[in-house]
Amino acid sequence: MDVDYSVEAPVVRGRLSLSEIEELVAKPLDSKPDKKFFVALSISGSALLIGAIGLFFTFYYGIGTWGNNQPVAWGFGITNFVFWVGIGHAGTLISAILFLLRQKWRTGIARFAEAMTIFAVMCAGIFPIIHTGRPWLAGYLTPYPNQHGLWINFTSPLIWDVFAVSVYFTVSLVFWYTGLIPDFATLRDRTTSKIKKSVYSIFSLGWRYSSRHWLHYEKAYVILAGFATPLVLSVHTIVSFDFAVAILPGWHSTIFPPYFVAGAIFSGFAMVVTVLVFVRKIFDLQNIITLDHLEKMNKVILATGLMVGYSYATEFFFAWYSGVQFEQFVFINRAFGPYAWAYWTMVSCNVLFPQFFWFKKIRRSIPAMMVIVILVNVGMWFERFVIVVTSLHRDFLPSSWGMFTPTLVDGGILLGSFGLFFTLVILFTKALPVVSIAEIKAVSDGAQPTHHGANHG
Amino acid sequence: MADKKIFGVTALFNNPDAIISAARKVADSGFTKWDVNSPYPLHGIDKAMKMKPSTLGFVTLVFGLTGVAVALFFMWWTMSVDYPMVIGGKPYFSLPAFIPVTFEVTVIMATVSSVVAMFAFFFGLPRNAHALHDTEYLKKVSRDHFGIIIESDDPKFDERSTQELLKSLNPISTEIIYYPEKERYPIFEPRFLVFLFGVAVVVSIGTYLMLNKLMYIQPFNWMDEQQKIIPQSKSEFFSDERGMRLPVEGTVARGFIPYPFAGDKEPKEVLSNPYFPTKENLELGQRKFLTYCSPCHGNYADGDSRLQGQFPNPPTLHSDRARNFPDGMIYHIITNGQNIMPSYASQVTREERWAIVHYIRVLQRAKNASESDVKFAKSE
Ligand code: HEC
Repeated sequence: MDVDYSVEAPVVRGRLSLSEIEELVAKPLDSKPDKKFFVALSISGSALLIGAIGLFFTFYYGIGTWGNNQPVAWGFGITNFVFWVGIGHAGTLISAILFLLRQKWRTGIARFAEAMTIFAVMCAGIFPIIHTGRPWLAGYLTPYPNQHGLWINFTSPLIWDVFAVSVYFTVSLVFWYTGLIPDFATLRDRTTSKIKKSVYSIFSLGWRYSSRHWLHYEKAYVILAGFATPLVLSVHTIVSFDFAVAILPGWHSTIFPPYFVAGAIFSGFAMVVTVLVFVRKIFDLQNIITLDHLEKMNKVILATGLMVGYSYATEFFFAWYSGVQFEQFVFINRAFGPYAWAYWTMVSCNVLFPQFFWFKKIRRSIPAMMVIVILVNVGMWFERFVIVVTSLHRDFLPSSWGMFTPTLVDGGILLGSFGLFFTLVILFTKALPVVSIAEIKAVSDGAQPTHHGANHG
Repeated sequence: MADKKIFGVTALFNNPDAIISAARKVADSGFTKWDVNSPYPLHGIDKAMKMKPSTLGFVTLVFGLTGVAVALFFMWWTMSVDYPMVIGGKPYFSLPAFIPVTFEVTVIMATVSSVVAMFAFFFGLPRNAHALHDTEYLKKVSRDHFGIIIESDDPKFDERSTQELLKSLNPISTEIIYYPEKERYPIFEPRFLVFLFGVAVVVSIGTYLMLNKLMYIQPFNWMDEQQKIIPQSKSEFFSDERGMRLPVEGTVARGFIPYPFAGDKEPKEVLSNPYFPTKENLELGQRKFLTYCSPCHGNYADGDSRLQGQFPNPPTLHSDRARNFPDGMIYHIITNGQNIMPSYASQVTREERWAIVHYIRVLQRAKNASESDVKFAKSE
């Protein structure tokens, strides 16, 4: 339990050699899936199926099968959307921002976190499309010359959202794939199966580990990280504009962009920890995804949790200081109105429980952190629920107040989005190296030339 | 062995310091077509190999700036030129509201172009038919070795002396790499062609069913079928089963002003034109005359019908009779019709009728211009 924070912990524990690292990471891809895998897959697949049934009802009978109503027209759809986009942010943060900050410990978890970004954004992308009730008309969101002579409204936050999320997804995918190319080549060169070899060859693009290529490749990585960093900040900023640009009390607030970004990183890290705890156990990656890495992530959770808590307080202050009766009412209604239970769930899960991470013992205890990060996930979902529902259900006119009650279909689709996410994660662990082989080799002990050798010349 | 073509000579090392010093020596011997292969990027190899810094950043810059320009130009054009619309009281070109999209377009252009440029143009990938593929050498460097390859294309290459040079660097092994004898991934392999054909068939059938069948079944039918009664449909509710209802007796259309001389064959009295012959009115009159009157009366009211005798030719409107009609009489004829000319009251509004009258006056004046009119027109 004694940790010396004054020296940097080795990224790879256990002094593994390069080929041992490769074996370790590639093992799940070479072996046949075991029973645990199928059990996990059937659980997540069942959830996915429930979601699919929910979608069937939504499309066949229409959006009336949801709990949405007037005045709460956004309900679960947008709550889930914001929740999943937020989850995605941790991946880019780990892969891009920590890369620019030269945090070597990111290497062990970056690939996985990036994959989670992509899957989370896929889950997120479903909701805005289905909440319109007629998703097959989503093509109208693209600016294309049409017989109406009409263009999309580029001044609308909802269109910004379309651009932000689709660009975010594409860039994340490109970033991820770029990182995967050398690994595909490694897999290609070590496999003995003919089919696998053809598939890996195609995806590796014929990578040859040439130093002349690595030179540009590293540059490209910096460029991608450099763009992904402002991109990830812009995405949740723009998502927050969906709310902040409206004039509804409780939404119309300048604090939203930073507040949303902090919340996104907070929830995203919580999700990454949740999943990684299982992955490192199941695939014996304790030496590559070390306890030190998890502890560092818990510290990030603590820090962003404090920012989120600060934002909650600031919102209340703004409402009081603004002197606007409606603003003040919304916040009193949040804390003491009919949805107070949701509000206090959010506050306790997001602000109180992460405080346990001040203790080193808890930060480094797997069961304890598991409980806390799951609570954070719950809390962050409720944060979005509180923002969407409590602001909408009682606005300016008491005559148009209402309540929101989710239906079974709502719940089924939410469950289905988790099913989709975990199904993709589970398939990913078996289909692709969950840790970047090339990157982790490069940061293992003795992998780089000593200073003596490198600095001459 | 002799007939095989040599691709190059390789040497393998198993520690990063050794490869750096070896690379430095090869670079010093003046080779140009050579390379170091390593499972991950090595620090300092660029200096040892005397490589110039990457120029990829320029691609990013150019495409990033293009992204800015394209996005701003496109939004300006759609929102302020092609279909200007005031939204939320913002100006047509509202820069702050355009920033988010501009930023996103910039990012996607810069990143995707850099990656594509790097792989496709800098590296010439995808390329799975390179001589190095499937060699023991590449398998080793992909795992945990570091290798140098000097290609036979290099002007200084010589099979024996190059190998000697590499051996002098204390590698763990050296190897000669030959070009593969036959192509590894022949495109015209029958199995691959059959596969392509299969894909084409499946995609075509899928697209056909999707666009022609699936899109028109429930619930994707584009709201073609709705639970409402449209004008021509049958009604179960009304006793006469007509979906379209007649207005209640005595209904007056909005904006209706009764015409006092309706149905009068030879009116004793007519209205006078309440509008001035302004430019707008004359242009309106011209448009409406060309639309509603010219098919029978001709573009200049000469009575030269375009109907080619399918309808009795109307008289010219340049006759003395027509020129002496008061304005109100022409209005009366349009409103009421005259003999076989039908009434145009339902097609042409009151205002438009008066505008047509003004325009007919213009035609009449032009066709019967006096000397002074011509002089005046010329002096204008
Ligand atoms: C369907 C063909 C047709 C169209 C369209 C038509 N007219 Fe006529 N118009 C006639 C015919 C035929 C006569 C001659 C009626 C008669 O025998 O008295 C006539 C007569 C007239 C006369 C009287 C000429 C005279 O010397 O008695 C005027 C004025 C006139 N039309 C104006 C118009 C105007 C203005 C319009 C456009 C709103 C128009 N017409 C559209 C067929 C047409």
